[in-house]
Amino acid sequence: MVTKPISGPREAERFTTTSLTPVHRLYTPADIVDIDPEQEIGLPGEFPFTRGIHATGYRGKLWTMRQFAGFGSAFDSNKRFKYLLEHGQTGLSVAFDLPTLMGYDSDHPVSEGEVGKCGVAISSLADMEVLFDGIPLEQVTTSMTINCPASVIFAMYLAVAEKQGAVRSRISGTLQNDILKEYIAQKEWIYPPRESMRLVTDVIVFCTREVPRWNTISISGYHIREAGSTALQELAFTLRDGIEYVQWAVQAGLDVDAFAPRLSFFFNAHNDFFEEIAKYRAARRIWAKVMRDRFGAKDPRSWMLRFHTQTAGCSLTAQQPYNNVVRTAIQALAGVLGGTQSLHTNSLDEALALPTEEAATIALRTQQILAMESGVTNTVDPLGGSYFVERMTSDMERGCFDYFEKIDAMGGMIGAIEHGYPQREIQDSAYHYQCAIERGEKVIVGVNEFVAESSAPLPILHIDDSVAQLQSERLRSLRASRNQAAVDRSLTSLQAGARSNENTMPLLLDCVRAYATLGEICDALRPVFGEYQESAI
Amino acid sequence: MAGRKIRVLVAKPGLDGHDRGAKIVARALRDAGMEVIYTGLRQTPESIVMAALQEDVDCIGLSVLSGAHMVLCPRLMELLREKEMSDVLVVVGGIIPEADIPRLKEAGIAGVFLPGTSTQEIARFISDHVPSKPEG
Repeated sequence: MVTKPISGPREAERFTTTSLTPVHRLYTPADIVDIDPEQEIGLPGEFPFTRGIHATGYRGKLWTMRQFAGFGSAFDSNKRFKYLLEHGQTGLSVAFDLPTLMGYDSDHPVSEGEVGKCGVAISSLADMEVLFDGIPLEQVTTSMTINCPASVIFAMYLAVAEKQGAVRSRISGTLQNDILKEYIAQKEWIYPPRESMRLVTDVIVFCTREVPRWNTISISGYHIREAGSTALQELAFTLRDGIEYVQWAVQAGLDVDAFAPRLSFFFNAHNDFFEEIAKYRAARRIWAKVMRDRFGAKDPRSWMLRFHTQTAGCSLTAQQPYNNVVRTAIQALAGVLGGTQSLHTNSLDEALALPTEEAATIALRTQQILAMESGVTNTVDPLGGSYFVERMTSDMERGCFDYFEKIDAMGGMIGAIEHGYPQREIQDSAYHYQCAIERGEKVIVGVNEFVAESSAPLPILHIDDSVAQLQSERLRSLRASRNQAAVDRSLTSLQAGARSNENTMPLLLDCVRAYATLGEICDALRPVFGEYQESAI
Repeated sequence: MAGRKIRVLVAKPGLDGHDRGAKIVARALRDAGMEVIYTGLRQTPESIVMAALQEDVDCIGLSVLSGAHMVLCPRLMELLREKEMSDVLVVVGGIIPEADIPRLKEAGIAGVFLPGTSTQEIARFISDHVPSKPEG
């Protein structure tokens, strides 16, 4: 084998991070003279939590290894969940298919070709009953990645719990429910921003009163980064989204300390090791300051930013896919050194299809090796005090407050979204990054350097279309056997409630109990709320 | 009409909202001197063919990352045939397993671009393969 020498681009290359931010050759004490070690860095478990939210770090509690999964029918996923629970997993993380994520039933014409493909298909309470059949919802925690129809799916979850006889106050889990990043990055929406924010706020208010252990939103930067933002933009837009949610809940009459401890965050872990670590450390410091100083929160739990991390899907390559195991390990290590509460590691076949079982196992093993073999869990925030990391952390913080100022001046995040501001910022960054790759300034091993002739193809998970047929039959028999008058009544009350300022959650519960379908419920709200159209950006 | 610019319709069919790739490609083709129309998200094969007809494009570039390409791409090709628009060059990019490529080509898709393809390569492919239009 001939090794190719590192060539050309090195000369011309500027020394920049993955986000194209320049970095110096060396950092010394002179670089951090403006950073007050007590005020800004402090100790883990203490304000402003730069060094972590727990004094004991991972000694007290390891991060949760929470791998996101789901495919096919509710029957398929139920089997998979039971297998995982039997093998010691205590938390579930549900991936839904695209029709469900967009609020369409499996038999809607636009669902063709998409049913069960990137997650499980759920069209009614009947499917949800199958999904959690034999799984005691009082004993597991469930994370559900869903946004525009989040409150409908959550109502189905609560209705299953109710049928199991579970006590609502003991149900625990997380709903992604982060609609703002949909307008900014992932683009799964139904209604306009303000109407959608009302649905999100209804969930927060309802849970604060009735389901106190539920994490009401997972405020997500992951998708913002995947759409091409820089690390700083990911951080700034995500935290500014968080501010928007807090504002709306406070305006709805809640005391900030009553709900803020149940907000959680979700960040990306991209390639640039130190930049990512600085991002997580800055996130905690900024949130602590925002919650205390901007919102007057008094409960320390309201100041603490808890977050989930997923390694960067967009960094993985279809070329030489085994290299992705190494990329994922480095990214996961950044998440851990940044103090993440939970972690999903991507599989090596991410750029090709949904993971095979073998690829998913290697991804999980990567986390176990970090946790058990590397020794990094022994010491809290081992990079704290590094001239370089502290400088970067403080620069991230400053950049973030600059973005907050701009967004505040646009009337907050909804105003900014309506102006297309975060969308345009992300688009520009994505384009500049692509150009840097094509000019060879940024090297992607196996793509624009060290390119190999194509290797043997990987085995790929293939999902057939039988799920769509099964779902269509189930929906047909559901619509024939349910009490249609009760369905119509519940949908009419939902519309009336949505027109007034009544909390929609109890009304959604009535709809799902009557077996109104996801599509019918989302459709009922369209004439009330309108539909969102993205303007050209 | 010498020097007529190549006209490309960049389209996102299906429910998937991942538009990073589509937007980067649209911008890069514009920088390469083509006229680019981007459809926006969640188009049906019918609406894409309609837009291609109205805009009189030379090429349609589809972006699919959801796994629904084997339903969406053949349907689009069928509609193009029905409208007698088979001279329009169709290319697709996204998360597409290699095993599906021969069937997409059989259906009439001229080029399939996987993750990691440079935008220059896509631009070159389009300008090399777009059929030259009769004068006038």
